Amino acid sequence: MPDATPTAALGQEVDARLSRLDLSFNAHGFDAFGVSRASLAAGFRVTGWLYRHYFSVSCTGIEHVPTHGRVILVGNHSGGYAIDAGMVIAACFFELEPPRLAHGMADRFINRVPFLSELASRTGQITGLPQHARQLLEDDRILLVFPEGTRGTSKLFWNRYSLGQFGTGFLRMALSTNSPIVPFAFLGGGEAVPTIANLTLLGKLFGVPYVPLTPYLLPLPLPVHTRLRFGPPLRFSGTGDENQSAIQEQVDVVKASIAGLIAEGLEERKGNAST
Amino acid sequence: MRVLLTGISGKLAQIVAKELLARGHRVTGIDRRPWPECPAGIQLIQTDIRKPDAEEAFRQERPEAVIHMATVSPLTTRRDERYRINLGGTQKMFEYCERHGVAQALFVGRHTYYGAVPDAPLYRGEDEPPMALESFPELADLVAADLFAASNLWRFPERTTAVLRLVYTLGPTLHGTLAAFLKGPRVPMILGFDPLFQFMHEDDAALSIILALERKLRGVFNVAGPQALPLSELIRVTGRAPTRIAEVLHPLLLGRFGLPRLSAGAVAHIKYPIVISDKSFRHATGFSPRNAEYETLAAFTAATPARRAEGAGAAPISIATPEPRD
Repeated sequence: MPDATPTAALGQEVDARLSRLDLSFNAHGFDAFGVSRASLAAGFRVTGWLYRHYFSVSCTGIEHVPTHGRVILVGNHSGGYAIDAGMVIAACFFELEPPRLAHGMADRFINRVPFLSELASRTGQITGLPQHARQLLEDDRILLVFPEGTRGTSKLFWNRYSLGQFGTGFLRMALSTNSPIVPFAFLGGGEAVPTIANLTLLGKLFGVPYVPLTPYLLPLPLPVHTRLRFGPPLRFSGTGDENQSAIQEQVDVVKASIAGLIAEGLEERKGNAST
Repeated sequence: MRVLLTGISGKLAQIVAKELLARGHRVTGIDRRPWPECPAGIQLIQTDIRKPDAEEAFRQERPEAVIHMATVSPLTTRRDERYRINLGGTQKMFEYCERHGVAQALFVGRHTYYGAVPDAPLYRGEDEPPMALESFPELADLVAADLFAASNLWRFPERTTAVLRLVYTLGPTLHGTLAAFLKGPRVPMILGFDPLFQFMHEDDAALSIILALERKLRGVFNVAGPQALPLSELIRVTGRAPTRIAEVLHPLLLGRFGLPRLSAGAVAHIKYPIVISDKSFRHATGFSPRNAEYETLAAFTAATPARRAEGAGAAPISIATPEPRD
């Protein structure tokens, strides 16, 4: 990208990629889920800059994300709020050819918060309900799931590479919709927003679960180098109606694969740091 | 077919009645309100559905099918009266159907049945429960009428009963809840919220009712039109100006400065979407709306009279509650 006008070049790239996005927009740029082409254009200008420059994401394994058809991306959460989600969505848009829109399964509180509600629903980040997951997968879209939920984003700095308890709903959904699961690890979220405590009372004031407290007080992210690592797709067979212990076993396979990707990423980072 | 249409003087019911007549059905209508331009082929009985004259119409006409569109909204009617008309009237209508051997009954309800809440899914199916009645009690009588109508499916399985839940209608009559909300030059929005709205052309709504009748539909069906659009887009395309107001300021500003008044519960209907899935209805009837979303908005906009003085449109209206159809 030419350094002279990086923002203009990014804008052009975003527009070019948007025109190749396989969503059925109506004549005025809205799709059936309320995704707006104009909002995506604005949103990807910001996340694209964050992806390339602020968090300078190194992405590996993007070839594991299918270029068409339904898929569930499952990964680890960290770092106060969903920077990881934004960067995975950016990766699917900027690294995949043709670009795709990943739909995050947004936490329920998001729809209650002014502006956040509007932003999320115009960019396809709709509430994480089973009905939505099924509709999106049956429409052959990319679903982005963090099975740790807010337990994941509320991790404190020293726990940033741990994996919390995984919900099992995503696996039942994968089975019943016959969707592959692509595991991924995102490294650096915990360094970007080094949370030392979560302020739940302050959060209540803003209608969010908590506000992360950092050593520099503000919950703003630091410009750290981050890594995104996708693993090979996992396919499970079943109906989605298996008993909980059988499902849990398969969830553990996904979790182990994400833990493996985190370990690989940390290893790689160590290697890079020494060179 | 001999069809009896309750609430026939309502704007949507008039379109249904005329179309039924054109298709060769014999149409009788009941309404408290007059319908001065009622076509010659339609017999209008001006009475209250709960009065003996209404039952007399069932006795004499022996309708094979009844379409029930006689429900009212908080816009026009006080609460006690609303319960009497919406729930009492619906109950009477089904009683008459039972006593006079009506083979088919069609209840025309609304998608606002489901309620506007932040964590409801988009494309709600017929199996989704009604929500948010505690915060919007004005809807309770219509929800009760809807559920009562649906109970006829198991109470009288020999009769062909259908409950339709239609999205907002828009069109040249400028009539209906959404039309009333979009009436003024300035339309309020809640700052930071822009929910999807589902609407259909009133001609398509009428057509869907007739299809349900002619295909002898049985069950509960959502009826939606073309693709849903964000409220801001509706406002932009119809040439109105959105006025984004922080939610806390709403009680102070609404009903003033050319903005419509909204009851507290109705505010949720411009914050959160009610989007329904009409998959079953399309599958059962082959229905497909003839007017796309922008055509529907254009038909509405074209019929809007030249702008009156600023400040027009400050009439008290209540979104998410139906147009008066009694």
